Amino acid sequence: MAISPPSERIWWNQPVPRTELVWIIVAFLWGLVMFFMMIYWHAAGEQNLSNEAYRTTPQAFAQKAQEMAEAYTVREEADIPVVHPPPDSDVYLIARLWQWWPILELEKDKNYRLHISSLDWQHGFSLQPVNINLQIHPGYDMVLTVRPTETGEFSVVCNEFCGIGHHNMIGKMYVVE
Amino acid sequence: MTTQAEFRTCPTTGLQVHLSAERLIKANAVVAIVFLLIGGLFGLLVALTRWPAVHILPADWFYLALTAHGLDVLIVWIIFFEIAVLYFASAVLLNCRLATPRMGWLAFILMLVGAIIVNVAVLQGGSSVMFTSYVPMQAQPHFYLGIILFAVGALIGCFIFFGTLVIARAERTYEGSIPLVTFGALTAAIIAIFTIASGAIILIPTLLWSLGYVNYIDPLMYKTVWWAMGHSSQQINVSAHVAIWYAIAAMVLGAKPLSEKVSRTAFLFYILFLQLASAHHLLVEPGLSSEWKIFNTSYALYLAVLGSLIHGMTVPGSIEAAQRRRGLTNGMFEWLRKAPWDNPAFSGMFLSLVMFGFLGGISGVVMGTEQLNLIMHNTLYVPGHFHATVVAGTTLAFMAITYLLLPLIFRRELILKGWAKAQPYVFGIGVAGISLFMMGAGTLGVSRRHWDITFADAALTFDYPAAAFLMMGLNGIFAILAAVGGVMFLAVAVGTVFFGRRIGDTEAVEIAAPGVAKTIASYGSEEEIKIPGTVVLVAVFFIAFVLYYFVNWKYLSDVWPLS
Repeated sequence: MAISPPSERIWWNQPVPRTELVWIIVAFLWGLVMFFMMIYWHAAGEQNLSNEAYRTTPQAFAQKAQEMAEAYTVREEADIPVVHPPPDSDVYLIARLWQWWPILELEKDKNYRLHISSLDWQHGFSLQPVNINLQIHPGYDMVLTVRPTETGEFSVVCNEFCGIGHHNMIGKMYVVE
Repeated sequence: MTTQAEFRTCPTTGLQVHLSAERLIKANAVVAIVFLLIGGLFGLLVALTRWPAVHILPADWFYLALTAHGLDVLIVWIIFFEIAVLYFASAVLLNCRLATPRMGWLAFILMLVGAIIVNVAVLQGGSSVMFTSYVPMQAQPHFYLGIILFAVGALIGCFIFFGTLVIARAERTYEGSIPLVTFGALTAAIIAIFTIASGAIILIPTLLWSLGYVNYIDPLMYKTVWWAMGHSSQQINVSAHVAIWYAIAAMVLGAKPLSEKVSRTAFLFYILFLQLASAHHLLVEPGLSSEWKIFNTSYALYLAVLGSLIHGMTVPGSIEAAQRRRGLTNGMFEWLRKAPWDNPAFSGMFLSLVMFGFLGGISGVVMGTEQLNLIMHNTLYVPGHFHATVVAGTTLAFMAITYLLLPLIFRRELILKGWAKAQPYVFGIGVAGISLFMMGAGTLGVSRRHWDITFADAALTFDYPAAAFLMMGLNGIFAILAAVGGVMFLAVAVGTVFFGRRIGDTEAVEIAAPGVAKTIASYGSEEEIKIPGTVVLVAVFFIAFVLYYFVNWKYLSDVWPLS
């Protein structure tokens, strides 16, 4: 029994039952499939993180976002500028207590180099209802190239706990033709 | 060596039980259950707040309760109980005295004091930083101090376990190799050392930072090292509850592992690979390469998953083999139909096995896939997954073994036997509902750790799909069911300890199911073992796994392209 020493002293020489052996082989091969699926998706899939990131400071990152907003603001909404940067440009999104700043307006089927960083604590970028979720750290400028494939109004929910105002930290993103 | 250890002979098993070990097992198990009550209550309040129609707590209390819930159940309840399991699997199963019982009491006091300090810190309100306490968010210094004291106590407990193994070998209290259950406990203890070391590496500097002696802690470094503790501690649970599955199968049904070699190798895979799982929490983090993420998140080549997949066959397989040996050989499933479903130790163990595999295991592997994590990270899918592993898996297994420890160690006959029979089902169904509905809401994008998914007070607003609200309501209802199951467990366990009939010193108790021979049996030739029912169960599991895995890749492929 499992609660007493093995009845065969030399248990490591006992043959392995065939059913177990077959399952071990199947399970091992399935593990290989899952392992190589991740690598395959980097080659053939379209949803991969670039893992491009830079060290930054809250001041430096805020300044870049500010410069972008000054150049491309098209209107305001709830006291937050709505920014329409040109395709293929570097766009900046600030996470801070308890706001996403600014509101980005992107064009459908165009590429953008999206930079996200936090100015204070950790935050979670959760683009809804698309359902893309990223972890945002202070001091790290996370870069990814994103191509919106549908038009409409989207929300950026914070999904990392960031203090008492966490549940009110919600931003917007527009995608237009 | 002079030992004045006092023993009693267990009339049921014939084992020599060291009385000091027995007292420590009792103390650790009782405190564990008290914290299960406290943590469970916080959990119920969290679930009721997440139910939009009820929304019982204000925001500050919600985040406080969520922090306390995580710490009290995930750390305090589980590790106190695990220390009891370690002492049981060493001193009791090896027929041996426990090493340094006085240090055992020191460990116990450190853990208890640490747990109380953490709870005080959280209840004071200045440390609502969640279980994970991600920097730069800062808790009060005594929050970190409490966790560190608790961890030091647990570390001492692990070394007492190792010391007991050494004594048992030196004093030849057993023949041959240690039992498989002790081997599983050894796996848990080894992983615990790694876990606690990682915790010390990150929490000691964080304590100094909260006191002002260290001025900066990198948030990404914190997360990487913290999860070397946070995730590995869950792997202690896996090792411990798998060991308990084997123990209950052996004690209730006389089951013998199909192959010692295979089951032990599967435990060995845990030791070798589980520590890589810190990466599961870092898949959508900036600044880490995909090569690092893929290697670590898959535990090298899914080798730790392979360990669990092996146990997933060998545990039910050993039960089937034992049942068939008793003559339950009709058809595929007579062995399962006629299993002792009214014995809460068995039903709890089997429900734990099934739910850990189907709900917790599959969802964990899917969520831990590098790219798939993009559509799940920090949504309610995450707590949905780990309630299936840690509550349906670990907690239910611990409850199940408690039904055996009460007569064997506490020497009391169970009271409220009808409640005990129903309890694993009530609790199990409740937890299954909690897990499934949180995973469902997470698939729809609902954020975890979020007080108000209606965004009623926010400047900008957003509506999650109506289905998400339905799921959060159902989550609340099933949380109530699970809480009822938890209260039933507490009533039976605490009631038995205080009011159960005292079992006489020479009175044997009936642990095994009726008709199970008590003698240790072998199956005869290994080639003769036939387990067709288990093969069918494993095939169903495997097909579900493969389908669900690829369905999620389909979901991912619909998301905006990222590169």
